[in-house]
Amino acid sequence: MEPVLKVQNLGMNFGGLRALDDLDLDVCKDEIVALIGPNGAGKTTFFNCITGIYPPTDGDVFIFARDRDMPERINGLKPNKVTEKGLARTFQNIRLFPSMTVLENVMIGRHCRMHAGVLGAVLKGRSTVMEEKKAVEDSYTILEKMGLAQFVDEFAKNLPYGAQRRLEIARAMATEPFLLLLDEPAAGMNPNETQELDELIKQIRDKEGISILLIEHDMKLVMSLSDRIFVVDYGKKIAQGTPEGKKSRRAPRKR
Amino acid sequence: MIKFDEIKRAVLVSIWFMFLTFPIMVIRVNPVEHIVEWRWKNMVLVGIGSFLLSFVWNYLMKRKELGSKEAEAGEETIKISLFHRALNEKKIYLPALVIFGIFTISFPFIFSMYQTTIMVTALIYVMLGLGLNIVVGLAGLLDLGYVAFYAVGAYSYALLNYHFGLSFWIALPIGGALGAIFGILLGFPVLRLRGDYLAIVTLGFGEIIRIILENWNEFSFGPSGIANIPRPPLFGMDLSVHGSTTYIYYIMIVLCVFTIFVVNRLQDSRIGRAWIALREDEIACQAMGIDKARTKLTAFSLGATWAGMAGVMFAAKTTFVNPASFTLWESIIVLCIVVLGGMGSIIGVIAGALVLVLTPEYLRAFSEYRMLAFGTLLVVMMIFRPGGIIPNVRRTYKFESVKNADKS
Amino acid sequence: MDYFLELFLGGLTRGSIYALIALGYTMVYGIIELINFAHGEIYMIGAFTALIVISVLTLMGMNGIAMLVIAGVVAVMYSSAYGYTVEKIAYKPLRNAPRLSALISAIGMSLFLQNYVLLAQTSDFLPFPNLIPDFEFMEPYAHIIGSTEIVILITTAIVMILLTILIKFTRIGKAMRATSQDKTMAMLVGINVNRVISVTFIVGSATAAIGGVLIASHVGMINFYVGFIAGIKAFVAAVLGGIGSVPGAVLGSFVLGWTESFATGYVSSDYEDVFAFLFLVLILIFRPAGILGRSEKNKV
Repeated sequence: MEPVLKVQNLGMNFGGLRALDDLDLDVCKDEIVALIGPNGAGKTTFFNCITGIYPPTDGDVFIFARDRDMPERINGLKPNKVTEKGLARTFQNIRLFPSMTVLENVMIGRHCRMHAGVLGAVLKGRSTVMEEKKAVEDSYTILEKMGLAQFVDEFAKNLPYGAQRRLEIARAMATEPFLLLLDEPAAGMNPNETQELDELIKQIRDKEGISILLIEHDMKLVMSLSDRIFVVDYGKKIAQGTPEGKKSRRAPRKR
Repeated sequence: MIKFDEIKRAVLVSIWFMFLTFPIMVIRVNPVEHIVEWRWKNMVLVGIGSFLLSFVWNYLMKRKELGSKEAEAGEETIKISLFHRALNEKKIYLPALVIFGIFTISFPFIFSMYQTTIMVTALIYVMLGLGLNIVVGLAGLLDLGYVAFYAVGAYSYALLNYHFGLSFWIALPIGGALGAIFGILLGFPVLRLRGDYLAIVTLGFGEIIRIILENWNEFSFGPSGIANIPRPPLFGMDLSVHGSTTYIYYIMIVLCVFTIFVVNRLQDSRIGRAWIALREDEIACQAMGIDKARTKLTAFSLGATWAGMAGVMFAAKTTFVNPASFTLWESIIVLCIVVLGGMGSIIGVIAGALVLVLTPEYLRAFSEYRMLAFGTLLVVMMIFRPGGIIPNVRRTYKFESVKNADKS
Repeated sequence: MDYFLELFLGGLTRGSIYALIALGYTMVYGIIELINFAHGEIYMIGAFTALIVISVLTLMGMNGIAMLVIAGVVAVMYSSAYGYTVEKIAYKPLRNAPRLSALISAIGMSLFLQNYVLLAQTSDFLPFPNLIPDFEFMEPYAHIIGSTEIVILITTAIVMILLTILIKFTRIGKAMRATSQDKTMAMLVGINVNRVISVTFIVGSATAAIGGVLIASHVGMINFYVGFIAGIKAFVAAVLGGIGSVPGAVLGSFVLGWTESFATGYVSSDYEDVFAFLFLVLILIFRPAGILGRSEKNKV
């Protein structure tokens, strides 16, 4: 299996607090990997370190992009650069652009794959017009795939909760990632919605060929989805394995 | 039917206001000559006035609450105004546009030179408003020092003309470019700041520019300013004052149309969307691959470009610049234009500029009271029509080509 | 050394006055996240009311510091009433509106109050009598600091202490702190948020009025526009210290006062404001939330 993401000895200090300590993790191509652990274990911090929101204190993050043979070190890059490299994420507490339409939200995801500048926008040459048209169409296609087509011209803030979560994934997919990082995608969903999400994520992996790394507390979802599971607590990796192996072990943290 | 409760309330309100305004409305002092004047009549006026206004206020408040309840119930979530409906009907808006165009073009011939001058001022504010709209309305960066770029434009024409005899038409793009450069200069240090911190630093920047202009006599001729700036020439002809006012009016019309054209295109472009995304959620915006720093700087510099050009126009129109024209109030008025008109809405901003500039001018009859009325207008507008005169409506897209393919 | 001390104390006096106004800004901001643009006008109205009371009392044959105290009390009362009313009319209906709308409303209110005083009174500068006597025990130090300055410093200190007690140890103070943290939660645990906001405006206006009376005695004249300029400066001070933080506002005011005082004393008085603003920009570049501001790390 060829890896797409390799994290080595990742550490993060906030002042004196060691939020992440010597974490190793890797995601292979076409794999769904889950990151689990109690609240405050450092899972979201881990995401933030990978996606450039915080620069990690030590350790390395390597990505293996589709069109490159060499691994590429990405720590310290700005979030937008990381996204350009092909890592896209969603947020634990939904962060859509509330007063933009659903379609526009997705089109923002297309931003880094488009090129029109100020002059292009003003002169509206052929290439800009084509690019805009394509962006609209591509975005619409993504919305259809995510089952959001009926909301196209709604404001993002007016969407039902589950649809907002899906829209966040749609927006992330619009950036053409090879790895999708989902931060608690099922949080606040009812069992039905979770079931739908389960299928959706599998589809994204199978049809789009996007690898997935997700943080999740819903163990049923984790078990059903993931190929491998990493368990984190107090910023350290305390176990890793496949769903079958994990099930039998007891909860690791002693309270 | 007016209820007893309401009357009681109104009486209490009027008593409160009589008490509140007592020292300032009733007593007038002259400490120099030790005279104290008692104006009891004012107290009666305040009492009656606030008694009546209390009813109006209650009525408006009730209507407002009703409106927001309706919206909550989802009966009419997006109220599309009559105006916007008219915009979508070609039959209505094309003739309207033609009439408006003819009116605009013939304005200097119908009205006096005084009116034309006022109109030119209003158009300069339209330009300023549209420029600031990029920064505040679209990118959501609260800029209280916008007047600095206006000053940069005005002084660049004045000084370039004074020292090198540069003509208006060369100074206009230079003014715009200098505005843009200053926009970036200001943009860099404030990239990390947000919200009110940004507001106060931009405010400081505006004040710094003004104070420097006021005190650096060798450079800017201090508070006395620079006079005798030439009006724009027309093929080398020297126009009469009347002629050149008309000429400036037409230049302004062309510039405004140009501004509207550019801002409109920017708004619906990749960059415009990035600005709005930045306004909505900075972190998500960055995580979606948008370069925050570059997007902010583009907004600042493009916004400042219009202010720079408007500054050149201002200098050419008044033939005189001094620092007193570029106070904080100027920035605030432009900000009010943007918010009052409707943030992010081009037509709204134009309407806002016309209302805010023309109302005080035509209220000159009550010239003493016009600023008072202006302040009241701002408060009342914000309370009863917070979206502005003509709120923005986001563009929707059509998908004929895709919809036919249908969902698989 | 004397010159340095003079500038130092001059800066401290300036800072005290800024602090009295900045407190109102920062308290209001802390609770409803609004730059209360009309706050400077409240301060101006305080000064005007005091002047009117003094003039009337003088005609009735009173004089001296007792008159100043009466004038001060009336000014505090009226400023508080104005602050309360302004909030009820211009900000309360906008509680859930976008923040920019409330800001514009505040600007409108500021404009209204300025012109209200201009029309009802006068646009001229009016002389404000200095009723603070020259204390005898101050004479040896008169070249460094005057009696008025001493009174300003002491009054400010007292106001600060009272305010700290109010916020730290009283019921309403606790309610204020809770409201500033989370308005909805405060409401859910039974705090009358509207009342807390009103009290905040009243307290902020009262301190501004005290500042208004003191600075008017110090400078010796007022007009309808003084509030705006002082308001901007105090706002800068509040932001410098970290807006929303009460100790921050005080510290920011002193820093601003000293910056101005030393810049004027050692460099040039022409560029006093330039230094103040440059300093602000510098501090905010290195500490984007002000000196004592909570850095609002947006949780992801």
